[in-house]
Amino acid sequence: MKLYQQTAQKIGEMLAKKEVTSQEVLEATAERIRQVENKVQAFTTLTLDEAASRAQAVASRQDLGGLAGIPCGVKDNLCTKGIRTTCSSQMLENFIPPYDATVISKLKEAGAVMVGKLNMDEFAMGSSTEFSGFFPTNNPWDLTRIPGGSSGGAAAAVAAGEVFYALGSDTGGSIRQPASFCGVVGMKPTYGRVSRYGLVAFASSLDQIGPLTRDVTDCALVMNSLCGYDQLDSTSLQVDKPDYMSFLHKDIKGMKIGYPREYFQKGVDDSIKDIIKKALLTFERLGAQVEETSLPHSEYALAAYYIIATAECSANMARFDGVRYGYRDDKAEDVEEMMCNTRAHALGPETKLRIMLGTYALSSGYYDAYYLKALKVRRLIKEDFDRAFEKYDLLVSPATTSVAFKLGEKSADPLAMYMSDILTIPVNLAGIPAISIPGGLVDGLPVGVHLMGPPLSEGKLLQAAYSFEQATDYHLKTPVLEV
Amino acid sequence: MALTIKEVEHVALLARLNLSPGEKELFAQQLGAILEYFGRLNHLSTDGVEPLAHVLPLANVMRDDEIWTPLDKEDILANAPLEEEGQFRVPRIV
Repeated sequence: MKLYQQTAQKIGEMLAKKEVTSQEVLEATAERIRQVENKVQAFTTLTLDEAASRAQAVASRQDLGGLAGIPCGVKDNLCTKGIRTTCSSQMLENFIPPYDATVISKLKEAGAVMVGKLNMDEFAMGSSTEFSGFFPTNNPWDLTRIPGGSSGGAAAAVAAGEVFYALGSDTGGSIRQPASFCGVVGMKPTYGRVSRYGLVAFASSLDQIGPLTRDVTDCALVMNSLCGYDQLDSTSLQVDKPDYMSFLHKDIKGMKIGYPREYFQKGVDDSIKDIIKKALLTFERLGAQVEETSLPHSEYALAAYYIIATAECSANMARFDGVRYGYRDDKAEDVEEMMCNTRAHALGPETKLRIMLGTYALSSGYYDAYYLKALKVRRLIKEDFDRAFEKYDLLVSPATTSVAFKLGEKSADPLAMYMSDILTIPVNLAGIPAISIPGGLVDGLPVGVHLMGPPLSEGKLLQAAYSFEQATDYHLKTPVLEV
Repeated sequence: MALTIKEVEHVALLARLNLSPGEKELFAQQLGAILEYFGRLNHLSTDGVEPLAHVLPLANVMRDDEIWTPLDKEDILANAPLEEEGQFRVPRIV
């Protein structure tokens, strides 16, 4: 096995035993990037020079955390001091943040070596990374297909072996859906579990940062570094930070797992349903009690989500007005014209559409009918989950309705694109944690198994995911990118 | 049902977006289709349901009033499209 194919945890062990140096690991990663990046196009910015100095600095230290010396990538909506942070938008093409996001500071403390910033749908609005303002990313399993989105660069880079792990953000499935499409592990933590300080906001009540990794152990490893209270994020939770590694290796005998029937209805491909049914049998074989259950308001989640998310988006995107940072149209005569032209020129079509939708939903005369109604439906959806978790430890569903679709297949039809998030969205409305793990292949393309749990149940999710992983070999399958 | 061009122009003004004629046509269609989909929420009765804006039961989060080092002013202004005497310069307002 080549160095770039190892897991982060294995690299950490090899570094600790001095079987390799952090410089050698970085060189292996850089070599892999040189080899496949022109096919995958996962990065908006490469930072290999900075990474080289980090790797050197890390090599001489013994006091660092479990991520020391391990190359990683970061979605380009996380602020990195001194390194441009574009959100894959022309608006921020030259934006250099004056500070680090809290998660970036945490990675640095743990000795992480960031090799670059990862492509995404512009401002995280999209499900395929085709709405990047620069270029689309290709799915390493089939370069004619999308990697999912909006953290498509992150999922593709991990799958292609260009980084050992990546950080993404998940507002309606933007970590879990691309993880499913690219055959990697992706976790969205409980809302408030990971600080959002320095994450360029899309929908503030839904956004959450999380890891994309090769396997469940790496997910636990990265989660250990990401979590914790942060006074710079007023929605950060003041709760104990468990050692997520301690949940692995526990069996799941007697664990109660429900599968909501609404997640297996029309719109989900039969081949996907078969994979999940097989996964449920595996959980049963491992000693879990598996039962059908119901989340009765599921069919309303997508509509409620797109009202709430676009409403919050329209407010958050107001800051891109050409005054303090980003692009400015400098031909305008007065300030209003400057703002209107700046936004018209530097924002992409999907971002504009969502700003328009959100502005409409919040505008006078429509606020009650759309926004307020959606907030009420949001409560009903959260209560569905509350009731289910009185009975079940975890819920299992497909992560996506199909395998990764072709580039261009849905990019002209916003509703069809929105539908591709239908199974991951309810989790964000309820603020609960969830994980997608490799569940098998359909026609040579990966499919994710989606596990959802009550607030702060990340440990239990990792426990069940790890048990599943030990009983299967889907996580060991990798795409072939060599010529 | 598609929005009218006039409705699209009104929303675009609120959103400070100078749309091209082609974009107005496109958004009129796309917004219409999406709003029609949103209409499905009207099939669900939500009488007596409290709206949920946020999943965490948080209000007025306070911190100790301690002095810390603010961000560097030069770094912040380095991103300004136009800067003058340590301030953001904008075109004529009135």
